Amino acid sequence: MARNRFHASLALLCLLFPMRPALAQEAAPAPASAAELEALRAEVQQLKQQIAALQAQIAALLASQPGAAPAGAAATPAPVVPPTAAPATEAPVPPAAITAATPTQTSNYFNPSISVIGNFLGVGGSNKTEDLPSMSLRESEVSFQAVVDPYARADFFISFPQEGVEVEEGFATFTALPWGLLAKVGRMRTSFGKINTLHLHVLPWPDEPLTIVNLLGGEEGWVGDGVSVAKLIPMGEVFSELTAQAFRGDAEGLFEAPGRELAYNAHYRIFTDLTESTNLDFGLSYARGPNGITERSDTQLEGIDTTFRWKPLRTATYRSMSARGEYIRSRKDLLLGTERAAGWFLSAEYQLAKRWFLGGRYERAEQADDAALLDKGGAAILTFWPSEFSQLRAELRRRIYATGETADEILVQIQFAIGAHGAHPF
Amino acid sequence: MKRITALLAFLILPAFAQGAQAKVRIVSTLQDFASISQSIGGDLVEADSLAKGYQDPHFVDAKPSFILKLSRADLLIVAGLELEIGYLPPLIDQSRNTKIHPGSPGYLDVSHGCDILERPVGQVTRAMGDVHPYGNPHFWTDPDNGRIIARSIAAKLAELDPAHRADYEKNLAAFEAKLAEKDKEWLAKMAPYAGAKVVSFHRSWPNFAKHFKLDVVGEIEPKPGIPPSPTHTLEIINLVTRDKIKVILVEPYFDLKTPKYIAGKTGASVVVTYPSVGGLPEIKDYFSLFDTDIDALVKGLGSGGR
Repeated sequence: MARNRFHASLALLCLLFPMRPALAQEAAPAPASAAELEALRAEVQQLKQQIAALQAQIAALLASQPGAAPAGAAATPAPVVPPTAAPATEAPVPPAAITAATPTQTSNYFNPSISVIGNFLGVGGSNKTEDLPSMSLRESEVSFQAVVDPYARADFFISFPQEGVEVEEGFATFTALPWGLLAKVGRMRTSFGKINTLHLHVLPWPDEPLTIVNLLGGEEGWVGDGVSVAKLIPMGEVFSELTAQAFRGDAEGLFEAPGRELAYNAHYRIFTDLTESTNLDFGLSYARGPNGITERSDTQLEGIDTTFRWKPLRTATYRSMSARGEYIRSRKDLLLGTERAAGWFLSAEYQLAKRWFLGGRYERAEQADDAALLDKGGAAILTFWPSEFSQLRAELRRRIYATGETADEILVQIQFAIGAHGAHPF
Repeated sequence: MKRITALLAFLILPAFAQGAQAKVRIVSTLQDFASISQSIGGDLVEADSLAKGYQDPHFVDAKPSFILKLSRADLLIVAGLELEIGYLPPLIDQSRNTKIHPGSPGYLDVSHGCDILERPVGQVTRAMGDVHPYGNPHFWTDPDNGRIIARSIAAKLAELDPAHRADYEKNLAAFEAKLAEKDKEWLAKMAPYAGAKVVSFHRSWPNFAKHFKLDVVGEIEPKPGIPPSPTHTLEIINLVTRDKIKVILVEPYFDLKTPKYIAGKTGASVVVTYPSVGGLPEIKDYFSLFDTDIDALVKGLGSGGR
């Protein structure tokens, strides 16, 4: 029991320890008066009593545990005595009792990195075609990311839109495969073009371009449940990668499988450094999947994406520029023939100062179901980053819809991130 | 079955044969570690770095071209302490190279064993700016840490390439001898200014200041990673005037506007000090890094613009 009590008093000391500086602080500034001393003495006395009572409780708890101590020891209620005055007749304590006194909480070391990103959007002006609310916490995204084992890592992005919850992405990446392969399994933003792979909060605009909205299934873009395999095909110093993906043949607004048909996507990406401060990204995509209009009707998609970046390394945090464009063409089998629709956007951002970016975007896209319906728009964007973890953005946007409506709006986006520091998007 | 075995042998044998003679391919995040590796490895290694010496090491882009470099590496050397957290983890994941995954023999975090300063005590929040919870990651600017880094690299190279252990040990001894000799020279140059108060732009210099007995009394950044603000700049101007500070240290990748403004108001001089090898073309190795910085400092502290 002596060791038992020793552990108990250690635990108590730990509990009490934080109080000591507080006491010291109270006593330190001026010589204590007699009354203060008396008050302190009373407090110490009270604490002593509390310690004794707690000790008794702990001892009783330990004793009552089955197998914690030999029957004789367990039967005697623990006496309330100072820890130094231990009774001489004590049975040796089995290890189980010792471990019982230590915390049993499992280790937090392997918990995933967690972060939460809030995306708030305020909209002014009028728009009857796309009716965004005046103010909304458009999305709250929670991410959990960790390494699974030496062969894989896992990333979960749980999104809380205005209502409900959805797993925006949740996949394992197998990082230890041979032959330059990298595989992903789960739900993921598909590698069709560049913008579709990016989460809403890392886009250079507060909204998705019309090209994605009209031709890739809507605001959310194409998210698929399936398998992705990417092969590195280096060409000297040029990065080149071929990605092949197979997904369930259902994707909101884009694909619909009558049975268990699959949708497929292939993406080829080339990246090259032109100079130390400039580089070029170029991608080709092709996708095909059932559209559910008839048993055998398909939608085929083709895409080209390109990004040019300029960022002199020495002044990289102050001055940079990037320009990107994406072209998507859709061929959708309808009841009467095939509808061919296309769309594209061009955008650029220029970094004015460490925390200020100015951007512009031009977009036009036909609607996948009826190419005669053309939506187009232009936008100017100003972004301010108070720190790496928050962002304020305003977009002046004009969209001219196929309905004939011309909508002029201002979108004000405020984003804020807490938790683990994720990698910067590139 | 036979055919499969033959095929496997065909695939695997060349890999071994190649490995036996080829140089150890080292990729480091910072040029400093590549340079030290080259000193230790000599002709037996090929060292390259991701970041350039004149680049802010906190903000390196995760370019796919780096994935290529990593995919071919035998050894990845990192500063650790979350300095590379903004770009390195996704690059390693996409490298398809398990040799350099954290925990594998080909992954070396050289902060281990080094004297790491400014480990935050108590609660850490981002209200403090972009703080590094594991301590200040600019630790290589102390020659004593440089020696420890060199030893870690030599030990790692001997582990990966045991056939050349003796060469690595010999080169390490030469590196340490030169470092000891140079350090005496540097300390002698800095000795007259022991205890001198300086202001820096970012908190990059605690290890340097400790070794060379400088007293960094303030930063132009109000908090790590937060750009200068008017009120804080005013405070720094008052501080520089009050403490008669002669030198404002600025890393090459920060805007000189605010430091120059403060210098103009106070008479202190702005000294661009380079935290990393490659910061200037003439900073070719770890020794010329200190040569350059110390000469610039001595000039600033000695003549002292005031």
